[in-house]
Amino acid sequence: MLEALMKIFGKTDKSSQQIAHDRLKVVLIHDRANVSPEVMEHLKNDIIKVISNYMEIDQNEMEISLANDADSVALVANIPVHNMKHGSDKKH
Amino acid sequence: MSEVIVITSGKGGVGKTTTTANLGVGLAMRGKKVVLIDTDTGLRNLDLLLGLERRIVYTLVDVIQKRATYEQALVRHKKYTNLFLLPTSQVADKTAINPEQMAELIAQMRNDFDYILIDCPAGIEQGFQTAIIGADWAIVVTMPEISAVRDADKIIGRLQAEHKEIKLIVNRIRPQMVKEGTMLDMTSIDDILSIECIGQVPDDEKVVDSANRGVPVVEWDSSQAGQAYRNIVGRMCGEKISFMEFPTEGFFTRLKHVFGH
Ligand SMILES: Nc1ncnc2c1ncn2[C@@H]1O[C@H](COP(=O)(O)OP(=O)(O)OP(=O)(O)O)[C@@H](O)[C@H]1O
Ligand SMILES: [Mg+2]
Repeated sequence: MLEALMKIFGKTDKSSQQIAHDRLKVVLIHDRANVSPEVMEHLKNDIIKVISNYMEIDQNEMEISLANDADSVALVANIPVHNMKHGSDKKH
Repeated sequence: MSEVIVITSGKGGVGKTTTTANLGVGLAMRGKKVVLIDTDTGLRNLDLLLGLERRIVYTLVDVIQKRATYEQALVRHKKYTNLFLLPTSQVADKTAINPEQMAELIAQMRNDFDYILIDCPAGIEQGFQTAIIGADWAIVVTMPEISAVRDADKIIGRLQAEHKEIKLIVNRIRPQMVKEGTMLDMTSIDDILSIECIGQVPDDEKVVDSANRGVPVVEWDSSQAGQAYRNIVGRMCGEKISFMEFPTEGFFTRLKHVFGH
């Protein structure tokens, strides 16, 4: 009954229209850039390796993704830093 | 000088042939001289939608293979005598015509019509290349469904790589679902694909009825889809026509649906 009422008044939390819109936005960025999830995973691991030479980062909280801005694609990374490493700690 | 437009989609069955027939008849109703070229070799349907299936003598494949001139292959519409169909073969396959041959034919036909509309087959193989090569610009037809929109994007990429200008038609919209938030609408598809929309066509039973009769809905005053196609034709002719509002069910009708009547 509640469901029936919700239907009548057209109330739901997130509409499937919105879900489809969000999913398409993401999938098309990858389709257009021709980048597979595996490639993104390799890229992420390489970025971790390089950055870890200079700073301690939170690997679990780190996010990298492709975003599109008008008609170009950007690589967006959000990498929480715990600590800077001192020059002497730098490994080669 | 003709305007050459290809009607394409990516995903199959979204309404390319229906669109081609309706825009062709719509333009002819305005007195334009129009030819519709069916490039869906092996799976031709445009003849049926126009009610011309019994008048085909030569086909596009005969023209390409020089067994007939294109003038000989043209089928004139019964009611709109300024509308022609260049049908394709139902027995040959897509490899019977290559893109270069098609480009040559379009160049030859270019001065004889106001509009040349090309009905493209589904997919991205040779049939697609053949259909788009001679076109000045493209209409991409899609449906408000996640997979159709994704496939449209792929085709748009291909067309942009060939420097074709593109306009979008969203076909088979169900206004009630859009209102309830269970179907993508034109604005969100516009936003996802970043392509200008030239029309939105509702899902309309009359489209099926009209296909049965071989009379495109654009001729029917009572059809919502017919009105949508007339609006698109107007926009193609440079008129500024705002997008139509579709009527949706009222509160009590919905109440009845919910309680199963
Ligand atoms: N607006 C509409 N309302 C209702 N039915 C529609 C609408 N548009 C198309 N259809 C139906 O959808 C089906 C597919 O249409 P159509 O043959 O035009 O698609 P297509 O893109 O040309 O397909 P294909 O990829 O096989 O060439 C047909 O049965 C047609 O009647
Ligand atoms: Mg078709």
